Amino acid sequence: MANPHPRVGLFVTCLADMFRPEVAFASVKLLEMAGFEVEVPERQTCCGQPAFNSGDRADAAAIARQTIEAFDGFEYVVGPSGSCIGMLHHYPELFAKDDPWYQRAQTLKARAFEITSFLAVHLDLDKLSSSFSGKVTYHDSCSGLRELGIKKQPRILLSKIPGVQICEMEEAETCCGFGGTFCVKYPDISNRMVGNKSDNIRATGADTLLGGDLGCLLNMAGKLKREGIDVKARHIVEVLADMAQIPAIGESDRGA
Amino acid sequence: MEIRSKAFKSNSRIALEDANLQRALGNLKAGFPSKRAAAIARLPEFDALRDQARDLKNHILEHLDLYLEEFEKNVTTNGGTVHWCRSAEDARKTILQICQQQDAKTVTKGKSMVSEEIALNEYLEANGVTPVETDLGEYILQLRNDHPSHIVAPAIHLTLDDVSTAFHEHHKRPKSDDPAVLMQEAREVLRTKFVAADVGITGANFLIAETGSTIICTNEGNGDLTQTLPKTHIVVSSIEKVVPTLEDMTLFLRLLARSATGQEFTVYNTLSTGPRRRSDQDGPENFHVVLVDNGRSDMVGTEFQEMLRCIRCSACMNHCPVYGAVGGHTYGWVYPGPMGSVLTPQMVGIENAGLLPNASTFCGKCEEVCPVRIPLPKLMRHWRDKEYEKHLSPASVRWGLGTWSFFARRPSLYRWLSRGSNLFLRLVGGKRGRISKLPLAGGWTDFRDLPAPSGKTFMQQWQERKQ
Repeated sequence: MANPHPRVGLFVTCLADMFRPEVAFASVKLLEMAGFEVEVPERQTCCGQPAFNSGDRADAAAIARQTIEAFDGFEYVVGPSGSCIGMLHHYPELFAKDDPWYQRAQTLKARAFEITSFLAVHLDLDKLSSSFSGKVTYHDSCSGLRELGIKKQPRILLSKIPGVQICEMEEAETCCGFGGTFCVKYPDISNRMVGNKSDNIRATGADTLLGGDLGCLLNMAGKLKREGIDVKARHIVEVLADMAQIPAIGESDRGA
Repeated sequence: MEIRSKAFKSNSRIALEDANLQRALGNLKAGFPSKRAAAIARLPEFDALRDQARDLKNHILEHLDLYLEEFEKNVTTNGGTVHWCRSAEDARKTILQICQQQDAKTVTKGKSMVSEEIALNEYLEANGVTPVETDLGEYILQLRNDHPSHIVAPAIHLTLDDVSTAFHEHHKRPKSDDPAVLMQEAREVLRTKFVAADVGITGANFLIAETGSTIICTNEGNGDLTQTLPKTHIVVSSIEKVVPTLEDMTLFLRLLARSATGQEFTVYNTLSTGPRRRSDQDGPENFHVVLVDNGRSDMVGTEFQEMLRCIRCSACMNHCPVYGAVGGHTYGWVYPGPMGSVLTPQMVGIENAGLLPNASTFCGKCEEVCPVRIPLPKLMRHWRDKEYEKHLSPASVRWGLGTWSFFARRPSLYRWLSRGSNLFLRLVGGKRGRISKLPLAGGWTDFRDLPAPSGKTFMQQWQERKQ
């Protein structure tokens, strides 16, 4: 018989750890609501994507091995980012097929899920209860959308929150221009892309921008703030976990 | 053509400031992708066809030698000649030689990106043969001494006014900004060139092994006149365009037009099978196929082999947000956009084109729309691997990456680094909760605020709660 409380290892992600700890807490809350026992392995750091996408395969593989070990023994590995979980799914590419780490990477890949896609399957959606109320628009982050097929899942979850009214933006599936190191390597192009994005967000008339990846959200929130557009940016789990009382990304409750 | 890919960043800044170009790119973005989407919506089996096309191309690439030899055999049987050219230079020389044998003064040309790749026009001109581009877009570019910025719509970067100015200057007729008048003007000017040409050069969308035929898919009909009126027809094509049968060709035709322009079919799909036969009413007396390798066979059997599935539809660039922001000239060589970012380093060297495969957010849109399912982000990443292996990436990038990974491979040190950075950013962010200016982070803060951390790191708080 299956464990009544299967163990989930939370892949925190660097950006949630560093910029928005509430996203990780909200993830824990939602996973517990779904009946899982949540642990946070201490040996995790970054998924290794910056190395992988910069051609530094040796460091990417070293980080992959570390992550694989850190999450050994968990039934599931869940993280609040399509991009980072997408990177975990790339791990097998880092090892030769006859390398024992290849099989371990495959095993991790089979257990690793982005949080909205995981909740859409494992959470009794009637349990979702959030006092959040507002017009929201949802940005489909590229890695989640195209590597993991995340499109409907966040919208299904949001449809269970009575106060949420979704206003889809034009080009919701177009990249926001973050792209990890891209935004600092090609700042002018990235700026044009995030500028287009903020125009599309503004045009919806939504008061809140939601997404599932903090990289994109920091980028878009930063642009909206710089342009003086009054749209609050949040990670979707904040709304789902009824934690949207905290200041939005790039805002503060300490005045100014 | 001069390689200006090293100037990608400065090219892109100029492109972003160019109002004309931005308007043109806006039109492109509004046009091709929505037409493609509508065409695909009308063809429920589109994705199944893509799978078939991918598998067929993979099969062809495993047996490339076999199909090319069969193609050559059948061209020869039909009375034509195949020329094998390992390099761009071989191809240029071969074409010039054929022109000289015909004592050619002018050659008309249909649209061909391979001829751009081998820089044919410049070479012919330098050797006393005048090439005349007959595709309207290419013709306009030739008048302006310009190059294509897109592989299907070569003059997409120009406005109507650019065209009417060029026509006015070169045709010495009253300036008009009526597209119909301009079109008529081009027709009249080009008609005499078609008749006068000694040689016609076209590209090929596909080479059909079983019949020894070549096919061009166009929307203007200029290609037909280019290849039927002169005494000699030269087809210049790269080797990966071969397909086994006519039936196979039709599979690709169904994908090509829909992916490119959202048409069900291009207007003219013209097959050439050898020189004119006795019973034929028209057609060239001589038929040559110049097969260009130029680095392609080196890709077979490597991680880049999948790139050879490309059928040059341009869907990847039509949907690419980076191409859409900066246009094709920014890429600095013949092939722009995602497909160019994979091909260019192969043809001009990664040391000359490293910025191209890096100029992608890996958003994956190109792979999503590719009719032959080329994993373009993966292939661009392979170029980044090569660049890193060869120590070609900038020192600052290598240093930054090295330092970061030193910490990322040591979880407890990483915790301290995160805590320190988190505290620093919270202090700088102050009461506003965001940062408008940060030393060494100008790439970010020049254009957007940096949201400050909302509290201590998660790991720190998690530990505190557990205790």
